[in-house]
Amino acid sequence: MRLTEAKIGQIYEVEKLYAQGALKQRLISFGIIKGAKIKFLAHTHLKSNYEIQIGKVTIALRKEEAQNIEVI
Amino acid sequence: MKKNITIALVGQPNVGKTMLINAIGNTTLHVGNFSGVTVEKEEIVFEYKDYIITVVDLPGTYMLNDYSIEERVTNNFLRDEQYDIILNVVDSTNLERNLQLTSELIQLDKKMIIALNMIDEAKKEHLDINANYMSELLGIDCIKVSAATKEGLDHLLATIVKTYSLEKKEPKFVFSEDMEEEIRNIVTVLEKNRFKSTLSYRSIAIGLLSENKHIYKQLHDDPIWISLEPVLLEAHNHIKLHHNEESMLDIMASEYKAYIDGLLSLTVKTTKQEEQLSFTQKLDNILIHPLLGIPIFLFFMWGLFQLTFEIGSIPMDYIDAFFGYLGDTVGATISNDEVRSLIVDGVIAGVGAVILFVPNIMILYIGIALLESTGYMSRVAYLLDGFFHKFGLHGQSFIPLVTGFGCSIPAYMSARILKNDRDRLLTLFIIGFMSCGARLPVYVLFVGAFFSPEMAGNILFAIYMGGAILGLIMAKILKLTAFKGENEPFVMEMPKYRMPSVMLIWHTVKTKTWLYLKKAGTFIAIASMLVWFGSNYPKNLELTTQYEQKIEQLNNQVEKIKLQNELKEQLLKESYLGQMGQVLEPLFEPLGMDWKMAVALQTGLAAKEVVVSTLGVLYSLGDDVDEENSSLIQRLHENISFASAVAFILIIMTYLPCLAATIVFAREAGGKKYAFYLFVFTSVVAYLLAFIGYHIAL
Ligand SMILES: Nc1nc2c(ncn2[C@@H]2O[C@H](COP(=O)(O)OP(=O)(O)O)[C@@H](O)[C@H]2O)c(=O)[nH]1
Ligand SMILES: [Mg+2]
Repeated sequence: MRLTEAKIGQIYEVEKLYAQGALKQRLISFGIIKGAKIKFLAHTHLKSNYEIQIGKVTIALRKEEAQNIEVI
Repeated sequence: MKKNITIALVGQPNVGKTMLINAIGNTTLHVGNFSGVTVEKEEIVFEYKDYIITVVDLPGTYMLNDYSIEERVTNNFLRDEQYDIILNVVDSTNLERNLQLTSELIQLDKKMIIALNMIDEAKKEHLDINANYMSELLGIDCIKVSAATKEGLDHLLATIVKTYSLEKKEPKFVFSEDMEEEIRNIVTVLEKNRFKSTLSYRSIAIGLLSENKHIYKQLHDDPIWISLEPVLLEAHNHIKLHHNEESMLDIMASEYKAYIDGLLSLTVKTTKQEEQLSFTQKLDNILIHPLLGIPIFLFFMWGLFQLTFEIGSIPMDYIDAFFGYLGDTVGATISNDEVRSLIVDGVIAGVGAVILFVPNIMILYIGIALLESTGYMSRVAYLLDGFFHKFGLHGQSFIPLVTGFGCSIPAYMSARILKNDRDRLLTLFIIGFMSCGARLPVYVLFVGAFFSPEMAGNILFAIYMGGAILGLIMAKILKLTAFKGENEPFVMEMPKYRMPSVMLIWHTVKTKTWLYLKKAGTFIAIASMLVWFGSNYPKNLELTTQYEQKIEQLNNQVEKIKLQNELKEQLLKESYLGQMGQVLEPLFEPLGMDWKMAVALQTGLAAKEVVVSTLGVLYSLGDDVDEENSSLIQRLHENISFASAVAFILIIMTYLPCLAATIVFAREAGGKKYAFYLFVFTSVVAYLLAFIGYHIAL
């Protein structure tokens, strides 16, 4: 499923990145790569933005970006 | 003879590069707790034993790519400039990701040292790092340090000198076996052709495999390409097949990750067992609460402006009295009327009017420094992104915009954290709507003159918020017209919350306040003299004699004073500034402004503080002679109508920032023509708004 469908507090594993180019590079540089574990922390009121944890780092991203991340 | 060592300081954002270098070199470059503090490379030089060490503090970069301006600065430096050693700073509490950049740096094939920074935090988090073993495995010296507690700095310096004097060690970074095989194949081709390059064959091979554009360019135009191309194609196919993955980007990332995971499993032990909520997570539960987050932020901002006015106004009377006293005392020692007037009415009145607001400015700066150094800033960017996005802005635009409340110049610079040129331009265009610290004096002055003290803090908050909201609306308009196009992704790191050190905050505030004072003593003093000159000359002797004769003949004291004031008004009107004001008056009349206000707005183009000093000079010259102790606030209250004041504030909120800022704007936007656009854009907006505001308030 896509990261946007994730539940708060759960841990997922990255399966695939659909993003291309710059966005892909951005995600990779934050450690969002195949096999990485992601914990879903929170979202904003209107679910426009998400907060996730990768390793020890907390990362904020937008719904559009989260949709590019396939997790299991 | 001392030897020179040049060090390139490289690391991911927010790992403490700048703080580390401040600790080593005893300097005071700007440090903040969010990514994107250092946007331009900065050099510091210090001596250590027999060496002169130059450290170049480069902007943080997550990986070596040309994705944003800051990353380009770093990448270009590493590729094209001369330096002896790469000092790679990493956050010890976050090695997994930090070492990704390290892995890329290793492939550059330079002498290198790794500083395991924030070792104090690592200890608190019960991370046990075996630095010696790590050094051995990597073939690179890894030194535990803390920029905050200053531990390990001597060891680091000693290592720098040692690394400089010794031959470069071969790093021991290894890829997976099939990758290594392809690297060997490419190296063989290079060796056969005796290819000439400053880079090692291994780093060329790795560059080619990871599809590094710059390396490709080097080889593509060389005859060697004929024999290289087939080998390279074969290599790529082989590797892609083996990894079952099409993109080399992914493949390199997982190669690096595999190596790092292996390395860390051998060298880092965590003794902490139970998984409890960290301080940061607990705080985040409140501060970025889906519903409460934004109200809490607004409350903080409101509190800040409340404090700015409340506390800031306490010492005001004393400062005012001091300059009054200074003017009298100094004035008494000068016998020449002209010179006395220049010093007392020009310089002291002008500079005094500006210095009056130092306390307000300091409180504002403290607020911004807290926002920057605690880690809260990134949270607000996260909270506001959804909202900003609707207006065509980026959540990260928040960072330059907030900086703009302090001063527009660093704000224009920090817009570089926006990767996309269109987003950056858009942000640049609206930064000016965030009222900078220099405008605060004008607001405090007018708010003090036209509102009750209880309301003042709220009005101030409303002015700043109003500016921000206006900025958003303008952003939307610009986005729909001038800056149409794709949106930039929002992916941002949220740093840990950190207690800001009092020293650091104090230092930042002190530096900025000192700059403000220095400006008051130099630039503003000169501007005040010019304003004084412009309002006193040319002298109309004929008129003066005429009036003086009339005054002589009168016996009635009240009549006398009336005539004296009339004379002063007449003289002022005929002065250079007065003439300029007459020319401008028709333009400003629809806004309910007299020529003095019009002139003050023009001088404000040089710097916003000059508005205050100009008003100080203009309204003190033409004022009632008998009302000796009236402050500028009172004089404004008497001479300006409420509606005109509203129009005036609206213009100050929206028109061109100072000259210096406009120059920086043009540089950051990429050309003088943008400064012209900005001028037209802000002037039109300012005029329309003031016109509407005036008629509503009338
Ligand atoms: N506890 C601790 N905090 C640090 C240390 N070094 C830097 N910091 C904090 O980390 C943040 C980022 O520092 P800065 O020097 O601006 O990082 P840069 O972006 O890499 O230049 C600031 O809030 C610093 O106070 C350290 O050794 N220990
Ligand atoms: Mg920095």
